[in-house]
Amino acid sequence: MNIVEINHLSRSYGSKQALKNVSLTVRKGEVLGVIGENGAGKTTLIKHVLGLLKAQEGTVRVFGLDPTLDPPGVLVNIGYLAEEDSLPGWLSVHEVQRYYRAFYPSWDQPYAEDLCRTFGIVRKSSVKSLSKGQRARVGLMVALSYRPGLLLLDEPSSGLDPIVRRDILGSIIRTVADDDRTVMFSSHMLAEVEQVADRVAMIKGGEIMFCDTLDAIKESHVRVTLQTNPRDQAAPNILGAFGWERHGQEWSCYHSGSRAEFEASAAKLGVTVLDYYELSLDEIFIARSQGEAVSC
Amino acid sequence: MKSDSVVLNIRISSSGGIPIYLQVVNQIKYLVAAGRLSPGDEIPPIRTLAEKLLINPNTVARAYRELESVGVLEKHRTSGTFVAEGGSPLATPEKYRILTDRVDALLSDAHQLNVPISDVINLIDQRDAVLKKGNPML
Repeated sequence: MNIVEINHLSRSYGSKQALKNVSLTVRKGEVLGVIGENGAGKTTLIKHVLGLLKAQEGTVRVFGLDPTLDPPGVLVNIGYLAEEDSLPGWLSVHEVQRYYRAFYPSWDQPYAEDLCRTFGIVRKSSVKSLSKGQRARVGLMVALSYRPGLLLLDEPSSGLDPIVRRDILGSIIRTVADDDRTVMFSSHMLAEVEQVADRVAMIKGGEIMFCDTLDAIKESHVRVTLQTNPRDQAAPNILGAFGWERHGQEWSCYHSGSRAEFEASAAKLGVTVLDYYELSLDEIFIARSQGEAVSC
Repeated sequence: MKSDSVVLNIRISSSGGIPIYLQVVNQIKYLVAAGRLSPGDEIPPIRTLAEKLLINPNTVARAYRELESVGVLEKHRTSGTFVAEGGSPLATPEKYRILTDRVDALLSDAHQLNVPISDVINLIDQRDAVLKKGNPML
């Protein structure tokens, strides 16, 4: 079952196209990590899932519903945490709990108190007196306390210390381990994405570059060293290859796609494959950010 | 949560290209081989280890499955997952067969890179010393 289903979603802000024909699903019980440079479209995508933006083209379904047509029906079941918290600063943590409880019928107060203890949140303190890390923990406590079916985190780790980041990762793990709930989160911390995500989607310039399991992503991205014919002055023309670099008669490139097809094209051109080098998610991210858009 | 399962001293490193499930597999194999885990020891439930290492529960499940399929761990239907009897990597010819494959791959690399076998053996000793240093309980 798909918790989030996005089909052919496009969105422009004036002349700037923020999302181009994005299709993406988040399955029940999985953790989907969304990566991409600043301005790639991650937040715009997440705002569509929350129903804060209406699809200009394409469709967005969350729990099978259109979040812009039925905001309460969708939002009561999404736990949301953004990079900048939107907590009412003038309230105490205790009042924050009472405030959110009114909106969420499934609010679990003993669990909320449990989370406060785990995160070391003092319920008497006012939100505006808290550090950025403590405010993030309060936001996390709120997002988790009604046990939402979908936990949606938009760069939750940005600018936070490693201990808060541990709490956030731990919450992601508990959410999926507990009762098959679902997590979608965007992040710049690729090591964290690698640790907790079942599948990873990369957005660049509003387009999905890939969306797959980490194994499949690593399988389909390699750095290759080739030996070309001494007569050849240009890089071999191989589908899916990009980021060419020349070292004398040897050429290196990145390749995304099937390795068998790469070898077949190389053989056809009379080019010898010398070496494959496996890439980390970091290297794949950098390569695909700089390389041209290759659909795979 | 069961409190009688052992604490696994595992570290996950995100640098280097080794998949996380494989890091878990290798380190549990190593703990068994080194005698730090004994046959019959109960290893933590998937969820407990996932929360401790902050990794996806499916990754832990995959590592456990892999370790079950090579006979290092065994699942008892109701009670949990345990280190298998005879789970030591040196107990069966199968383990030698796995190592022989690895050695063959290493030797072919060494030949291609023109590194003499004596240097390879020295390197193995050196690496072993480094690994032991990284595990002060050995």
